[in-house]
Amino acid sequence: MSSAPGEEVLSAGPADSTATMLEVRDLSVEYLLERGTVLAVDRVSFDLAAGEFVGIVGESGCGKSTLLFAIAQLLAPPAEITGGSVIFKGRNMVGLTDSELASVRWKDLSVVMQSAMNALNPVKSIQAQFADAMRAHGVTSKAEIADRSAEVLRMVGIDPVHLGSYPHQLSGGMRQRSMIAMAMLFTPDLVIMDEPTSALDVVAQRSLMVQIKELQEKLGFAIIFVTHDMSLIRHFSDRLMVMYAGVVAEYGQTGEVFESPMHPYSIGLMEAFPSIRGPRVPLTGIPGSPPNLARIPPGCRFAPRCPKVMARCEAEPPGLYQVNGRLVRCFLHEGGRAQP
Amino acid sequence: MATVRTPAGASDTGPGQPAGPAGPAAAGLPLGGGGGGVTGARSMRRMGRAITANRKATVGVVLLALFIFVGLFPGLIAHDNPQAEIYPRSLGPSAQHWLGTTSFGQDMFAQVVWGTRPVLLIAFGVGILATVVAMLIGVAAAYLGGAWDGTLNVITDVLLVIPLFPLLIIIGSYLHGAGTAVMIAVIAATGWSYTARQLRSQALSLRTRDFLNAAKVRGERPLYIICVEIIPTMTSLLVAAFLTNALYAVLFSSSLQFIGLGNPNVTSWGTMLYWAENNEAFQTGLPLWIIVPGLCIVALGAAFALLNYAFDEIGNPALRPVKRMAITKAGAVPIPEKRRRLRVKRTG
Amino acid sequence: MTDPAALPGGAPGPADNTVADNGASGGPLLRTEGLTKVFKIGSAMSKKLALHAVDDVALSIGDREIVALAGESGSGKSTIARLLAKLYKPTAGEIYFQGRPLSQIRGHRQVLRYRGDVPMVFQDPFASINPVFRVSHGIMRCLKLHRPELSAAQRHEEAERVFAAVGLTPAAEVLERFPHELSGGQRQRVGFAQALAMRPKLILADEPVSMLDVSIRIGLLNVMADLRDSQGVSIFYITHDLASARYVADRLIVMYAGQIAESAPTEEVLTRPRHPYTQLLLSAVPDPRAPLNVGAETDRGEPPKVINPTPGCRFRWRCPLAIDECQHVTPPLRELLPGHSAACHVARADAPTEAFR
Repeated sequence: MSSAPGEEVLSAGPADSTATMLEVRDLSVEYLLERGTVLAVDRVSFDLAAGEFVGIVGESGCGKSTLLFAIAQLLAPPAEITGGSVIFKGRNMVGLTDSELASVRWKDLSVVMQSAMNALNPVKSIQAQFADAMRAHGVTSKAEIADRSAEVLRMVGIDPVHLGSYPHQLSGGMRQRSMIAMAMLFTPDLVIMDEPTSALDVVAQRSLMVQIKELQEKLGFAIIFVTHDMSLIRHFSDRLMVMYAGVVAEYGQTGEVFESPMHPYSIGLMEAFPSIRGPRVPLTGIPGSPPNLARIPPGCRFAPRCPKVMARCEAEPPGLYQVNGRLVRCFLHEGGRAQP
Repeated sequence: MATVRTPAGASDTGPGQPAGPAGPAAAGLPLGGGGGGVTGARSMRRMGRAITANRKATVGVVLLALFIFVGLFPGLIAHDNPQAEIYPRSLGPSAQHWLGTTSFGQDMFAQVVWGTRPVLLIAFGVGILATVVAMLIGVAAAYLGGAWDGTLNVITDVLLVIPLFPLLIIIGSYLHGAGTAVMIAVIAATGWSYTARQLRSQALSLRTRDFLNAAKVRGERPLYIICVEIIPTMTSLLVAAFLTNALYAVLFSSSLQFIGLGNPNVTSWGTMLYWAENNEAFQTGLPLWIIVPGLCIVALGAAFALLNYAFDEIGNPALRPVKRMAITKAGAVPIPEKRRRLRVKRTG
Repeated sequence: MTDPAALPGGAPGPADNTVADNGASGGPLLRTEGLTKVFKIGSAMSKKLALHAVDDVALSIGDREIVALAGESGSGKSTIARLLAKLYKPTAGEIYFQGRPLSQIRGHRQVLRYRGDVPMVFQDPFASINPVFRVSHGIMRCLKLHRPELSAAQRHEEAERVFAAVGLTPAAEVLERFPHELSGGQRQRVGFAQALAMRPKLILADEPVSMLDVSIRIGLLNVMADLRDSQGVSIFYITHDLASARYVADRLIVMYAGQIAESAPTEEVLTRPRHPYTQLLLSAVPDPRAPLNVGAETDRGEPPKVINPTPGCRFRWRCPLAIDECQHVTPPLRELLPGHSAACHVARADAPTEAFR
């Protein structure tokens, strides 16, 4: 399922969008282990416009978190970016040193992690952590730090009286919100979120998603949101990318991907969610497991589990084909390839 | 209502990538395999590969093997009777006497070689005995909890707090010269507390693991759970405890013998030091009498210590030094230390 | 396997309003009365704080049915599972299994019998199987302990049979693997196979699919439904995911802060909830097929940790319908309709609640 070089990329965002803020081209990430290399992300390309909300969904091992960290330049050995570029506001971030990245980090691009309890410093108060972050980026005035801290907390719906609290004194939902507040300190243009709601209960999850969406509409930043829960993202993201085994399986407008999924994996994934309303129907899920990324089979990576597999799929990896504004990596839609 | 049978052949068979943390986060293979159902040959091969791959392990194993060989077959290496005072006294090293002779006329080389066995006996004896006691007490305390835990903890802590060496001196002088067996018993009886603590902590962290609850819910008795379910998962810690105890046994027993509390008629490195000191070996021009046994003690201790570090790294992949690799035409190639750039760590 | 001698026909359908199927003994398979579990927390010196994990819970499970217990974390659902599995002792109240109180089950043999009748499947597929042994170890132990009449060869056969029954094929080959060689979904199937090997009457499943990938969950849920239909086993399915509860369960119990909020046949609860909390939960469940419900986002509350509680409804701080009585009197679990109970002062028998529309 590896893409052919120079193949097309869906151009960014809705028709009336302005500048393309992020261009990811042929990004590949490998885990370089002594016993061999594991290709976690294989030549992924996509664009992101200012203010756009892109969701990346996939199951364990599909590479979505690795992709996210690669974009944020947060990979540590043995993971390495082994190819491609991440052009953020005209500048390729791959290969920049930490000091070069420092000017971009948190001011233009910030990251919200999966578990606030892991990402927040347990021995420092929220206030101290916000102050830390601001001082690291050149803000020295105590008054300014205090004002901004209170302001971002209010933005996420937390009473600033909690500034003096420690992370363990806050509830799970409040901790996640403070993480988001911290990410908002410099009103970045792009916020990357790695499953920020998965540690929360369903009610807290819902209210956090709505909060994020409101913030985005108010402040106008773009979001890349990684999750394994498609149904969560359905009403919030503009476009949706479905990843499988390190490659993009499908990419398009969220609503369209949900209404009429094209890739057999997306179809299977949609149907694996039992519905809380509507008719009760028996479902089958997707039998089998994702492939071992250390030994990638030739041909399509989804072929062993695909209900619509053809002989060709096992021999040859499909390219990414464009069909009515949707990108699908499947031979079934090969006919839709637009003329170069 | 769902009344679907699992479709035939649609089971998720095939190993594939385990559903879990993204990336090749390897489930750390348990060291040595453990109990029932594991073929000995397979785990031996795995251990062998692990040892040759790790430098510390290789050095440690080679050293230890050397000493074990000498301890098992001293007669092959040194032909003289170490106790026989038949040679001219205080000779320097020569072709007939590689290390010279003592001021009693004994061949020093023979002494060193024959002195290996008692030291090894004490090291392994204490290692095994102290580890077994520590294991039973530590794990039982953690698993049984409550009043059991409280009582066993008090006992462990008391022993932990009492300074070990003075305690050994008192016991040793009370026993008027400890032979090998007594030495083993005494050092093991006083030294188990440290590793008991460690094993208890490990067992405590395991207590909340669901497979122990699963064993309980399937009806297993507590003793079975402790012996069959908990302990085999702690093999790497038990190996570490053994090596720690063996190391301390070597050092403490030699020290006791040095100050004269061992049995001076048993030839071992510690007693050699004792006699050498009593006969003012340095001043009378026989420095090897002190230096060589001292070096042997250090070397054996180092062997155990190296193995301890090595098994830590083998058992816990997270502790291994991460080699940075570069992509060259030849494939992935390790980057030498100096050229590494500092990067922000990513967890998970 | 359950003796089908006096079972009423089939599993109850959505229209069935009985609270529980009555088994051969004339009562439900498992029933609790006033079940309470209080943990003493606080520093080691002064354990004065009482955490009421489970408070005065009355529920029942019949033959051949899947009952789902849904609630957020901290609601007490895992504690109930462990109480039913006899991993904890109740602080107060009683559990009756086939009419017999659990407190009277003493002695290794009787407890073993109960464990064989009511086994448990755990949540974390990576922590619930001992990593140093092959997969066959656990199931062989189950068989040795609970089916002593089988010979070694018969045990092997039985192990293969139950593995095949949960979809782990080829059974003989999977039995010889180590846990780290299996995927999460396969490991959970092993958990169910072990439970099945003991010929249980009721399987306690504590969030068995929460840690699995979405596409694998359905497979496990189908296994559970199949166990009920073809093996006649009841399942007590604990989850925080209402959608999966709807998929497999015949009846649904909703818990909040250690108490039961609502209990009724699944469709009833989900379409016509009587308790405001149930409605809040429903509105928060993401459903890709439905348009976005802008109803309940303003709720920012979280379930409380119930420490030294005072009387009164524990949902009162978040409930838009709270009246004066809710502040002072703990609402009892009342049967509003046959088979449909709710613990709410303002719940009405004739219409669903309108708290979070």
